[in-house]
Amino acid sequence: MKIGVLVKQVASGESPLRIDTSGKWVVEESIDFTTNESDSYALEEALQIIERSGGAGEVVVISMCPAERTPKIIREALAKGGHRAIHIQEEAPYETDPFMVASIFAEALKDESFDLILSGLQSDDLGSGQTGVILGELLGMSTATLVMGVELQKGKLRVKRELESGWFQWVTLPFPACITIQSGLNQPRYPSLKGIMGAKKKEIKSIAKSDVKGSGTPMQEFSRMYTHKAEKRTEMIEGSTDQIVDRMIDIFKKNIKVI
Amino acid sequence: MDILVILEGANGAIHRISKEAVAAAQALGKDLNQKVSVLVFGKNSDNLSKEAASFKVDEVLLVEDDNLKSYSADAYAETVKQIVEKESPKFVLTGYSYLVRDFFPKVSARLQKPLITDVTGYKVEGSKTLFTKQVLHGKLTVDIETKVDGPVLVGFQSAAYSLDNLEKGSAKIRTAEVTLDSAQLKTTSEEPFQEESGGVDLTSADKIVSIGRGIGKEENIPMINDLAAALKAEIGASRPIVDSGWLPNSHQVGSSGQSVTPNLYLALGISGAIQHVVGMKGSKNIVAINRDPDAPIFEVADYGVVGDILEIVPKLTEALKNQ
Ligand SMILES: Cc1cc2nc3c(=O)[nH]c(=O)nc-3n(C[C@H](O)[C@H](O)[C@H](O)COP(=O)(O)OP(=O)(O)OC[C@H]3O[C@@H](n4cnc5c(N)ncnc54)[C@H](O)[C@@H]3O)c2cc1C
Ligand SMILES: Cc1cc2nc3c(=O)[nH]c(=O)nc-3n(C[C@H](O)[C@H](O)[C@H](O)COP(=O)(O)OP(=O)(O)OC[C@H]3O[C@@H](n4cnc5c(N)ncnc54)[C@H](O)[C@@H]3O)c2cc1C
Repeated sequence: MKIGVLVKQVASGESPLRIDTSGKWVVEESIDFTTNESDSYALEEALQIIERSGGAGEVVVISMCPAERTPKIIREALAKGGHRAIHIQEEAPYETDPFMVASIFAEALKDESFDLILSGLQSDDLGSGQTGVILGELLGMSTATLVMGVELQKGKLRVKRELESGWFQWVTLPFPACITIQSGLNQPRYPSLKGIMGAKKKEIKSIAKSDVKGSGTPMQEFSRMYTHKAEKRTEMIEGSTDQIVDRMIDIFKKNIKVI
Repeated sequence: MDILVILEGANGAIHRISKEAVAAAQALGKDLNQKVSVLVFGKNSDNLSKEAASFKVDEVLLVEDDNLKSYSADAYAETVKQIVEKESPKFVLTGYSYLVRDFFPKVSARLQKPLITDVTGYKVEGSKTLFTKQVLHGKLTVDIETKVDGPVLVGFQSAAYSLDNLEKGSAKIRTAEVTLDSAQLKTTSEEPFQEESGGVDLTSADKIVSIGRGIGKEENIPMINDLAAALKAEIGASRPIVDSGWLPNSHQVGSSGQSVTPNLYLALGISGAIQHVVGMKGSKNIVAINRDPDAPIFEVADYGVVGDILEIVPKLTEALKNQ
């Protein structure tokens, strides 16, 4: 089985975020980039699918990002067991329309003829939650989202989709398929030392985004970015740890009346 | 057609999140002076279309087809696509539930029209309508502008609009046809089911101590057990804690877990992502401790502490024991 996995580098949750002079994006110098959370689960699932089917097959790691940053997350994915990688290199201005992102992937990947493409369900930065599904559509693959379990059957795939509030639904779909993975369906592995050494020899094919014709022009873009206003007035409790604890006890007693 | 809202059925009635989208559409319709229509589709969807007709909308479109009996991403996407092509609405709105997430991007791909998701509001500025959403772990907001003629697809975040604002009326029902080729429908689905319930019921808890990734490692969980015991509280958690297997599923609070409304919700090392907040913002008192002063949890908190939970929690437990 030939599996493609989309991994995206995103700003980590604790990165300081300052809006840049364009007013449409953040200053990138101060950002700490990591692999998008659900993408780590997608990679793990791809590796396990190959292991479950006796080790035959290939996991190809795919990422679109600027040349200088991506190798870190690509190398990490290769160190965990990805066989090779495709890096679509882009320069500013970056693609922000998920339809454009998907159509660039579709164009760059169509000749790979993957049996299966896995992606995260949603990125932690922009969170469009569309890229995988649109890519599947453009490549004529069957699709399913929010996948929390994967069963391989003869010529098809049975996946467990998450619904709200603890509900689920099984969906069966034929190959080739493109599915988006929800966090929590497995425990992503850490790269081994051997994996890290081995990754250095693995192939990373670089393609310039400008050499790939995505269809059309962006249909949506950010008009402005800003920090939102708080919904509530928050009383901030300050001081030494002891002072904070005293004030909290006071609030529990007098204001909230729970002790 | 001006504004079309796609309605989803859930257990024989219209899904709450779809009704919120109707409330959003009614507001947008007023601001733009546009009419609102709604689309119901399925098989034997009389109940749904009757319920839809009780909203203050211009008309209810009803599509009945054997291929829509149970969920199929391809059939649902194709139905919406064909109706949109026929009726040419300017906006196609829906509540962005976990089911809609599965097929709505396909509609965007098939129509080649933009889809903006997890939208929390809109702004009308001159001839433009911008849609607002949170980005970058919920720390920042963007207003998104579209660059096309013709339909803009929008999925509203759960709880972005209140059902209190849903206006009632009585609309006429019009049936519409689509052509679905069963050979083109690739996916088949089974009945939805609920995973082993049991475990804790947080929905009736009076006090909840809830932990997020800020707890750092599994070895720190006993510290939280002690605090919860001293406070006589139940323990809740964000998704990553459950994903890591540190606490069972039943402890998860948020859109995929339980929705809670305790008297006290003590959020420890939780950033305040929208999927978590929708499950706890109805709490009467929210107290948050987080070391990041910019964490979005402080936007919904009544009381906030910028600090290290690993330092504060043991002392807080001690102080509670001494009460
Ligand atoms: C001004 C500006 C600058 C930006 N700069 C950057 C930047 O420097 N780096 C950056 O990564 N993004 C950047 N972005 C965001 C980027 O354009 C988004 O990747 C794009 O809009 C896709 O949307 P999404 O991430 O919300 O997709 P979603 O649909 O939420 O993504 C779902 C899944 O698709 C896959 N996926 C999506 N995009 C990629 C990708 N690029 N590579 C591999 N897999 C992917 C992942 O598996 C992901 O989990 C920038 C955006 C703006 C507005
Ligand atoms: C479709 C979908 C459904 C989802 N459903 C849910 C759901 O039901 N429930 C849910 O919770 N999430 C859900 N999520 C995930 C959600 O988007 C967030 O990823 C998640 O809520 C983040 O959890 P967190 O706040 O614990 O972790 P993080 O976002 O990583 O935040 C950790 C926080 O801890 C703070 N911190 C770190 N160390 C310390 C310390 N020592 N002291 C104090 N503070 C510290 C950090 O500053 C940070 O703010 C869903 C996501 C998707 C896409």
